[in-house]
Amino acid sequence: MSGPDLVRGISAGDTAWMLVATALVLMMTPALGLFYAGLVRAKNSLNTFMMCLGAIAVAGVCWALLGYSLAFSKGNAFIGGFGYAFLRHVGFAPRSGTHIPQLLFMAFQATFCIITAALVSGAVVERVRFGPFLLFVALWSLLIYPTLAHWVWGGGWLAAHGTLDFAGGVPVEMGSGFSAFAAAVAVGARKDYGRKPLLPHNAVYVLLGAGLLWFGWFGFNGGSGLSTGHASVLAFTNTLLAPICTLLVWFLLDVRSGGRATAVGAATAIVVGCVAITPACGFISPMWAMALGALAALPSYALISWRPRTRLDESLDVLGAHGLAGAFGILFIGFVAQRHWNGVSNGLLYGHASLLDWQLAAALAGPAYAFLGTYILLRAVSAFTPLRASDHQEALGMDVAGHGEQAYTHGEGTILVTAGQETPSHRSRISAQGPELSPAGTPTTPS
Amino acid sequence: MFEAVKLVIGIVRPERVNDVLEALYRAEVRGISMSRVQGHGGELEVVETYRGTTVKIEMTEKVRFEIAVSEPFAQATVDALCDGARTGEVGDGKVFVLDLEQVVRIRTGETGREAVTPVDET
Repeated sequence: MSGPDLVRGISAGDTAWMLVATALVLMMTPALGLFYAGLVRAKNSLNTFMMCLGAIAVAGVCWALLGYSLAFSKGNAFIGGFGYAFLRHVGFAPRSGTHIPQLLFMAFQATFCIITAALVSGAVVERVRFGPFLLFVALWSLLIYPTLAHWVWGGGWLAAHGTLDFAGGVPVEMGSGFSAFAAAVAVGARKDYGRKPLLPHNAVYVLLGAGLLWFGWFGFNGGSGLSTGHASVLAFTNTLLAPICTLLVWFLLDVRSGGRATAVGAATAIVVGCVAITPACGFISPMWAMALGALAALPSYALISWRPRTRLDESLDVLGAHGLAGAFGILFIGFVAQRHWNGVSNGLLYGHASLLDWQLAAALAGPAYAFLGTYILLRAVSAFTPLRASDHQEALGMDVAGHGEQAYTHGEGTILVTAGQETPSHRSRISAQGPELSPAGTPTTPS
Repeated sequence: MFEAVKLVIGIVRPERVNDVLEALYRAEVRGISMSRVQGHGGELEVVETYRGTTVKIEMTEKVRFEIAVSEPFAQATVDALCDGARTGEVGDGKVFVLDLEQVVRIRTGETGREAVTPVDET
C-alpha cells in the first residue's frame, strides 16, 4: 500500500477518503447556516448564518490550540490531557488504531466540534448577541465538546465500558441538542414568541441547506470509520437508507396531522434521519437502519409539533431534531447491534443485553453534562456581558443591529457615505438609539 | 344626505404591525389596507457597510395603513393606531385623518356610509 512518501502504517486509500470526508463535513456548517437562515425571519437571516461562520472561526481555533488535546490525548476517564496542546506531536504518523495521519484525524474531528457548536445557535437565534455567543462558543468548545468526545472516542469511561457511538450520538447530537435546550432556558424567549407568528422566511434555503447537510453527512458518518473498510461502507450506506425512511414516514405524519406533506417538514425529516443513524450507522444492519430511520421520525415529530405550544423558545428545535433523535439512535444500537455486521458487539436482540445498559448510561450522562455545562457557561458569560440584544435591536433585526448589513438590500432610500464623511460616531448611533440592554435571561412573558 | 366618512392613514413601524392589527380588531374596525412604504421621520440614521461601500439608510421601512371609516369610528381608529404603534422612540410614525369625498363599494355600488359599513356574514 505505502508509496515512497507514505509513513509506515499509513494507507493511501484510507487517507484519500478521509481528506474528502473532512472537506464534506466542513461544508456541513455553511449548509447548516443556510438551513437555519431560511428558518428565521429575513431581518435576522445574516446574523443566523454568521453564527455558523463564527463557530467555524472560534471553535476551529479552540480545537487546534487545546480542544483536540482535551478530547484525544491521554488523560483520565473524564477528560484528556495536554499531550497534543498546540498540536504538539500531531503529525504524519498514524493515529493509533488507524492508518491515516494523526494530523488528518485532528482536522476531521475539528469539523465535528465546529458543527456541534454551530448547531447550538439554533436555540437562541434572533435575539442573542453575536460577540457574547462567540465567547460562549469558545468556552463550550474547550469544556463541553472535548469532554463528551473523550468519553466515547478518546478512551473515556463510556468507551471503556463498551458504549457504541459510531459518528457522534453523544458529543454531536445529544451534545448539541441538550446544550441548545439549556441555551434556550438561559437566554430566554424572543420578545415576539407566542405573540405573533415567527415564520421561516425562505423555505427553499431550508431545503437546500438540508440537502447539502445530507450530502456532507456521507463524509460525517462514512468518515467516522476512519478507513475505507467494511464499517465505513456500512456507515455510508446506512446514511442513505435511514433518512429516506424518515422522509417517507414524515410525509405520512404530515398528511395525518394536516392533510398535506410540507416542505419545511421534509427538510426537518432529512436532518432527523441523518441524526438518528449517526451513532448507529456502522453498527447495525441495513434493514435495521431503515427501521431506525422510520421509527426515529415519531418522537422527534411529536416533540417538534408540541414544543412551540410551550413557553420554551428553543427556536429551531435543535432538541427535537438532534437531542432526541440522537438519543433514539444511541439506544437503538443497544437492541439491534449485530457482530455479524460490525465485528464488535451484539445488542439485546442478538443475545448481549449488557450493551443496552451502557447505551442507556450514555443517553443519560451525555445530555446531563451538556445541559448543565452549557447552562453554567452561559450564566458565567452573562455575568460579564448581556447575552441578549435590546428590545429595540431585536425589533430592528439582528442583521442591521449586529452586523450593519441586510440580506435583501435594494439601495432605494440609501445615501452613499464617502470615506471622508464617515466617522466612528455613525457606527455607534444605532446602539445608542435604543433603550439600555436588558440583562441576560430576563424572563419574557408572552401575553 | 351628507354622511361624514373619513380616511385614516397610519404610517407605523413594521414590527408594530401585529399590535396595530390587534388594536384595530379590538376597536371593531374592519376593512383595512396595508402596504410597505419607505419613509423618514427624523430618526437617527442606520449605517451599513458592504465591503468598501458604506451607506446611510435615509428612508426606513414603514407600513402604511389605509382605513376608511364613518365618523363615529374615526377617533377609535386613530386611538387604535396610536396605541398599537407607540414605542416612545423617534420613528413611531404618524396618523393622518382626511375627509373623504366619496366611497363606492364595487360589489354592490353602495356609496358613502353604507360602503364602509362591514357586511354581516350570514
